[in-house]
Amino acid sequence: MIKVSGWSLIRLYTILVYVFMFAPIAVVVVLSFNPEQFGCFPMKGVSLRWFFKLAHNEPILIAFKNSLILGSLTAIFSTTIGILAALAFVRYDFPGKNTLNTLLLAPIMIPEVILGVALLLFIRWLQQPKTFILLVIGHVVLTLPYVLLIVQARLVGIKRVYEEAAQSLGANPFQTFKEVTLPLLTPAILAGMLFSFTISFDDITATLFWATAQNQTVPVKIFGMLRNSISPEINALGTVMIILTIGTPLLAGYLSRKFTRGD
Amino acid sequence: MKNKLWKPIALLSPAVSAVFLLLVIPVGFIVVYSFWLRAPSGADIPAFQFGNFAKFFADFFYPSILLRTIRVSFETVALCLVMGYIPAYFFYRSKTRFKAILLLLIMLPFWISFIIRTMSWINILGDTGLINHFLVKLGILSSPIGMLYNEGSVLMGLIQYLLPFMILNIYVSLDGIDKSLLEAARSMGCTEWQAFKEVTLPLSLPGVSAGSLLVFVLTAGTYLPPMILGGPGNEMIANLIFKRVIGTLDWPFGSAISVVLLSLLLIIVWTYNRYLGINQIFKSLQ
Repeated sequence: MIKVSGWSLIRLYTILVYVFMFAPIAVVVVLSFNPEQFGCFPMKGVSLRWFFKLAHNEPILIAFKNSLILGSLTAIFSTTIGILAALAFVRYDFPGKNTLNTLLLAPIMIPEVILGVALLLFIRWLQQPKTFILLVIGHVVLTLPYVLLIVQARLVGIKRVYEEAAQSLGANPFQTFKEVTLPLLTPAILAGMLFSFTISFDDITATLFWATAQNQTVPVKIFGMLRNSISPEINALGTVMIILTIGTPLLAGYLSRKFTRGD
Repeated sequence: MKNKLWKPIALLSPAVSAVFLLLVIPVGFIVVYSFWLRAPSGADIPAFQFGNFAKFFADFFYPSILLRTIRVSFETVALCLVMGYIPAYFFYRSKTRFKAILLLLIMLPFWISFIIRTMSWINILGDTGLINHFLVKLGILSSPIGMLYNEGSVLMGLIQYLLPFMILNIYVSLDGIDKSLLEAARSMGCTEWQAFKEVTLPLSLPGVSAGSLLVFVLTAGTYLPPMILGGPGNEMIANLIFKRVIGTLDWPFGSAISVVLLSLLLIIVWTYNRYLGINQIFKSLQ
């Protein structure tokens, strides 16, 4: 009897923790449909008014475009560099391996504020202006350790014997890469790209240091809008971002399953 | 051996040079700049002096922000432990078929914008927010009470951001426990509680300590929750750095504060690594 009630308390506690975790997210989505000028309770109906207003808000659309380009470039560079490094760690033994691995994962433990100041100081010393390129290289540094962790975990399963088998059957190195290595790598590449895109798309703290008025991202824009007060428009923007960053991996998962089934 | 080495070197060189050029050298610049002087005109003058650090520790204003950062970090760790252990234990013991989905849900916030999750606490705790609305409507309160812009609301934002890290670390540790140890304890006459206290809890401590370190380090460097959910009295050290560097363009002093923050984190991580080993941290992140 005691055991049962103990377990149900644990379950109840877990449910409450979930409520705590998801309440802010749910409230953003709910309030974004509030037709009132001030985005708060009580709701006086349901409308898409703020979404339409967003669709005509030129600065936010520009910020969206910036964020998408930034996220895509970050994903491409970070994943390319990350996959190469992960291959080295998974496939080869060399002196200083552990030290190098720790060095490459270190940015996770360094506060973004420090990364932000450091890179900005460096750029200043080189007498370079803050440009979009600064955002891209900054985001590559931010996302690289995560890509490395994710990709390394996926690569461990890919044994070298597959490639050796292809080569012993007469494939040249290029054919081996194209027909064996690349298809095996694809899930890791996609995971790395998705992850780095999302981190870049959502990043705020370091981006506040690197962005200028000309190249604002969506989170930086939201940060600026919050200065006035919270509004239904910010909630609507939040809803769009939530749908985008959750929808992309879901869609990717669905598509990849569809494609593998079609094979 | 030697002729085989070029391959890993070639594969690693882009990543290593990126981190070296864009992280190691720039952080080195922070250290160098922290000794520089700032001319009244605003120009930076190369120097080697400790004036910036002396300024930081000159009166109680800046050290109090440092102490607050440390205190809030400990509070966040404690609250994440209290709120995180039980759900992690639930995942470990539960036999529900929704377990995979529940675990995915806990990781879902990683995919949702940090600023959205943080600012939404205004929707919940604000004067016209969810809680005040219901308390007034139910007649418990006659008028809304201020729940925002204090340390409590900052902690809400911090916990919401960091709890998944804690839960995952503890869960990974619990999941690695050989279940036959528990059965052995039970068969030797331990009660459920005794088995937990004597077997499960001690074996989950690596996850607890790894999660605590991660949460501490991430809290100590946090900028956004105190900025959005805190008042003037809730500033943390990252806010101070931002204000000095972006606000007043005082690069040498901003660098010195950054060095103070980095030293704090280094001391914490070094102590941890010395006694517990750092590699556990990266396990859960995979």
